Amino acid sequence: MKEVRIFERPRSMADVTTHYCPGCTHGIAHRLVAEVIDELGIQETTVGVAPVGCAVFIYNYIDTDMYEAAHGRGPAVATACKRIRPDLTVFTYQGDGDLASIGLAEVAHAANRGENITVIFINNAIYGMTGGQMAPTTLLGQKATTCPLGREAKVNGYPMRVAEMLATLAAPGYIARVSVAKPKFILEAKKAVRKAFETQIAGKGFSLVEILSTCPTNWGMLPVEATDWLVEKMIPFYPLGEFKVPE
Amino acid sequence: MGEKVLMKGNEALAEAAIQAGCRYFFGYPITPQNEIPEYMSRRLPEVGGVYLQAESEVASINMVFGGAGTGERVMTSSSSPGISLMSEGISYIAGAELPCVIMNIVRGGPGLGGILPAQSDYFQATRGGGHGDYRLLVLAPSTLQEAVDLTMEAFDLAEIYRNPVMILGDGFMGQMMEAVEFKPAPERKLPDKRDRAVGYRARRGKRALVKSLYLDPAALEAHNMKLKAKYDLMADRETRHESYLVDDAEYVVAAYGTTARIARSAVRLLRDEGIAAGMVRPITVFPFPYAPFQNLGSQVKEVLAVEMSCGQMIDDVRIGVAGKVPVSFFGRVGGVAPTVDEIAEAVRRLRKS
Ligand SMILES: Cc1ncc(C[n+]2csc(CCOP(=O)(O)OP(=O)(O)O)c2C)c(N)n1
Ligand code: SF4
Ligand SMILES: [Mg+2]
Repeated sequence: MKEVRIFERPRSMADVTTHYCPGCTHGIAHRLVAEVIDELGIQETTVGVAPVGCAVFIYNYIDTDMYEAAHGRGPAVATACKRIRPDLTVFTYQGDGDLASIGLAEVAHAANRGENITVIFINNAIYGMTGGQMAPTTLLGQKATTCPLGREAKVNGYPMRVAEMLATLAAPGYIARVSVAKPKFILEAKKAVRKAFETQIAGKGFSLVEILSTCPTNWGMLPVEATDWLVEKMIPFYPLGEFKVPE
Repeated sequence: MGEKVLMKGNEALAEAAIQAGCRYFFGYPITPQNEIPEYMSRRLPEVGGVYLQAESEVASINMVFGGAGTGERVMTSSSSPGISLMSEGISYIAGAELPCVIMNIVRGGPGLGGILPAQSDYFQATRGGGHGDYRLLVLAPSTLQEAVDLTMEAFDLAEIYRNPVMILGDGFMGQMMEAVEFKPAPERKLPDKRDRAVGYRARRGKRALVKSLYLDPAALEAHNMKLKAKYDLMADRETRHESYLVDDAEYVVAAYGTTARIARSAVRLLRDEGIAAGMVRPITVFPFPYAPFQNLGSQVKEVLAVEMSCGQMIDDVRIGVAGKVPVSFFGRVGGVAPTVDEIAEAVRRLRKS
């Protein structure tokens, strides 16, 4: 029988082991981005912007031109790159501390200007890289090293729904929330990532995919517990779906 | 070209940048430099460029980072509080070795301070402002013509050293009107902009990585030493100053920028009175021209640093003079400029003491 290859590493993904913890879903999100870059045939003309966060080394894994931005400033970096080189496909990859806290102004204004860039937003409800501090997306009651008794609304406010918030703006072309916690979600996530890049290529403005992601290490869970927790706790607060689609 | 045009300082700076090939401007409004972005917003679309008003100086400088990474000529302009906000981004640009030009039309501080001219950001410009062992190449013009000439060169310098270049001006320079001529900068050999820029992967056969993170201490040390070697090279090749009537001077005024313009008149006034005064005027404040202070003649009795600050450049003057003669200070601050008479009187006082 002839051998048929049905699964391989995307061309745009470097052949190296990632530094992510076991059970961390950053790697799955990377892979989806790499697959979409391959499918659209844009590896040579894509420029990524790495965040400050666990994914700072995304440039070791996704094999495209890359910038490493200051914490939260990816959308500003991407804005200029795309304005100067509209022929390139430009994306940022950002965590929830990076995007929803320190970089909220940059992403909101890039979205509001309708910058023709794609943002991959990893919401893991925690600051992974710095060791599990509270993020703007940390759920009420969720424990973090800087809210050891659990997040309390009257002290820390409420978790922030970024996709919904940005979808109130007129300019963005595509905004969706997906998850990569279970195989069934991954196919949907891939579709959204692809739509986001296609929105940019079609010149239809700002696109953002919020990806609900796990951080078993800082959630203090085993990988499988973490995926269950995401489904049981995060999805009810952060509903999956498309909030804005191109006309 | 070749003809003189009467222009407001800020607009002349902006036009010089365009004539130097800058096509991309990212900035946020702040007095007293608003004519730069306003002029750019009008002119850049005419020459096929992009003007973008950012949401803050934090965003502006990170747009400059992103723009510089494409290899094109990019700039921003601001004034003191805005430059403070840009400091993080400037450090990243220096760390990633990206070329860009930053115009700083300094106003009085600290805090919101005032909107009138000052030189109180000398430390910030020459010692960093942002974190890490980095330096900017800082050009401090004294007249509008010089500001135009230095701007025409600034983009070349930024590309040659792959380093941010700051034009350190002040509100007087920004607001005054003067006749200027736009002359091309002296020709220099420039690196290929595609060498390290994003967006040329197919042509180069290798991807571009614009970054400043080196987690391995040996690698970070090597990176820092490489930057240091670059700053040393700048000091060797780019240090500039003007010596005015210094050869036989007994009293030497040290001043830069607008203050030097006023001090020049004071020196002339003193000479008319028979007092042997002169002036050393740094044109680059990083790298600082220490040599003219090291080499002052034995007839020099004292050096007077004059600044629109409480005394910042005086530290560099002292390093240059190295204790050979006393160094004293005269300054006005808060948006107040020293007058010709005040500077002359400060020199006369040195003679009496
Ligand atoms: C200006 C600045 N402030 C703080 C930090 C420290 N820091 C590094 S990563 C990070 C948070 C990362 O969390 P997130 O963006 O959610 O990414 P994750 O690691 O969870 O993927 C912080 C606060 C920094 N590098 N720069
Ligand atoms: S700390 Fe969390 S987000 Fe970071 S790699 Fe580990 S599991 Fe992933
Ligand atoms: Mg996070």
